[in-house]
Amino acid sequence: MRAVGRTGGRAVGTGVLLAAVLTAGPPVRLTAQDSSAVDRGVRIGIVYRPGVRPGMVVLPVHAPALDSARIILSRDLDYSDRFELITLPGGDSIRVTTTASGARPPAAAAGRTGGGGAAAATTLNYPLYQALGADFAVAVAPASGDTTIVTVHDVAAGGVRRELRARLPALKDPGFRLAIHQLADRVLEAALGVGGTAATRVLFVMDGKVYSIDQDGADQKLVSSSDHQAMSPAWATDGRRFSYMEFWEGHGRLFVQEVASGKRAPVATTGQALDFTPAFSPDGKTLAFSRATEEGTDLYTVNIKDGCCLQRLTVGRFYDNLSPTYSPDGQRIAFVSTRAGLPQIYVMAADGTDQQLFAPFDYGATGSSNAPEWSPDGQTVAFHRDVGGTLQVFVLDVRTRAVRQLTSVGRNEDPTWAPDSRHMAFVSDRSGYRQLWIIDVETGRIRPLLQKSGARLPAWSPRLPETASSTP
Amino acid sequence: MKRLPLLLLSGLAVAAMAACGGKTPETTPAPQAANADSLAEAERLRADSIARAEREAKEREDAERRRQQQIADSLAALGKSTEAVRALLATMIHFDYDKAIIRGGDAAVLDQKVAILQANPGLRIRLSGHCDERGSDEYNLALGNRRATAAKQYLVSHGVDAGRIETVSYGEERPIASGHDEEAWAQNRRDEVEILSGGENLKQP
Repeated sequence: MRAVGRTGGRAVGTGVLLAAVLTAGPPVRLTAQDSSAVDRGVRIGIVYRPGVRPGMVVLPVHAPALDSARIILSRDLDYSDRFELITLPGGDSIRVTTTASGARPPAAAAGRTGGGGAAAATTLNYPLYQALGADFAVAVAPASGDTTIVTVHDVAAGGVRRELRARLPALKDPGFRLAIHQLADRVLEAALGVGGTAATRVLFVMDGKVYSIDQDGADQKLVSSSDHQAMSPAWATDGRRFSYMEFWEGHGRLFVQEVASGKRAPVATTGQALDFTPAFSPDGKTLAFSRATEEGTDLYTVNIKDGCCLQRLTVGRFYDNLSPTYSPDGQRIAFVSTRAGLPQIYVMAADGTDQQLFAPFDYGATGSSNAPEWSPDGQTVAFHRDVGGTLQVFVLDVRTRAVRQLTSVGRNEDPTWAPDSRHMAFVSDRSGYRQLWIIDVETGRIRPLLQKSGARLPAWSPRLPETASSTP
Repeated sequence: MKRLPLLLLSGLAVAAMAACGGKTPETTPAPQAANADSLAEAERLRADSIARAEREAKEREDAERRRQQQIADSLAALGKSTEAVRALLATMIHFDYDKAIIRGGDAAVLDQKVAILQANPGLRIRLSGHCDERGSDEYNLALGNRRATAAKQYLVSHGVDAGRIETVSYGEERPIASGHDEEAWAQNRRDEVEILSGGENLKQP
């Protein structure tokens, strides 16, 4: 969030501020970035501000019932990291529409608004919001019955971009939050034409149990139902099922659980071995996983649609292969292998052929690399790597095989991608204890997802389907 | 289970031997009887034999009492030894960071386990491998598995039947030391031994 007054405005936003200061006589103190004393002579400074985002105003709601909806929506838009959210002067107390209608309404807006916009704020004072730095304004208003209208104003163009209608469940309905989150994603789509991450949940492990939580940090729920110690939750790409592992009398068993009903079933062919790190194939028919035996740890797949057909993908014998993750086209699997000594990131075809190194490393110099997760857009694989005795999150570019370090503060591990392939949840102890954080890979903006110690092994859901009224 | 009757039998044998040892001097005068022909001599012999019979009966009673006592003693000793053997068996072995190689000093600990397993053929165990919190959570399951397997391979290569040993890994999920320093980590990088069956009565190796 940012207060009104976008100093510099677009000129700064486009990238470069060139300040050439010629000094003659007494030294001059520069106020921009460099506060150190400046010597005589010519000084050229460059200030680069990457990714200045369009300004967004979420207008106050007059219907009190919709206020909590507006707050959730507003936070979702903020957490999308695609907008600068602008707080209006005087906070939310001013009556926006009436103020606006008193001024000159832009003819363009009036002309473009459809018939259904009667209840929405059709007469917005666009020049005012432009002056406040807004590119978009969003108004939430009740319509007839239980329908809510969300109007997305294009402030720069001076008109309504889109009107979104949604039937919101009651405030106390378990589907309420998800419905708002889905609205937020539609607003983002209307404004910028990109998919959001608001209607998602993150699974994680805490005290040996699996929990899920909305991506905005609300509505934490326990989803694993047994007393067995659980690990490694993983989502199916349809967002309707997830899998996880439980310790059973010295074995590791895999389960697949339905989101809506909470019903779960053990995965066929597992139960007598130590099976762990399940991963759904994108078509949802196959589960890849690691199996630890006295021969070591190797990767297997099992057909979960028919409960059959165990297939072994790797034969380690003297080394381990684990932590599979499918490419979104289902053709490849990235995984961890210790074939070169320390664990590193490898890749193979989904049938186990053509195994090769994926994330390059310097033998003897690069630390252990683990926990790969292929991004939903297929372009990158996130993983964590040991750097000087602690773990840091890295991103591998699938095409160029270039590796980029993403974190450096504290210990950071177990990254999981949001469906926009831009946000990532991970575990970090940067605040003093290990907890879940979310980073926007593009801007580097970071926020805590859950301020509870011991939460780990996060798994970010795909965009959740509309029908999943009772999310886990 | 199988050990108990066997031990009872051996206890009996010991008791019987003890009884025999006590009786031997009494039987030596018997050959003299063949040379005696006088009535008085016969009477004396008869009285002697009665006395001897009474004495023998008493001795048998004593022997029985001693035998009972011995059984009780050996059972108590057996209980004590089971406890001691269990404690010995439960001795953990430890590993270096991110390693699954048996340390030189831990070979002796494993040799003890070999001896216990050989002295108690009915015993089945489970080895569980554990890791410290520093590595990756999921990788540690594979590492713990290698640690458990390494100990099993040692036992098997020293003559223990592989079918008597299960292995499992808990990764870093079940630490015994809760600290976040080298001392705690060192304690947590370990193999534990759990008795699966045949551990009711254990014999000292």
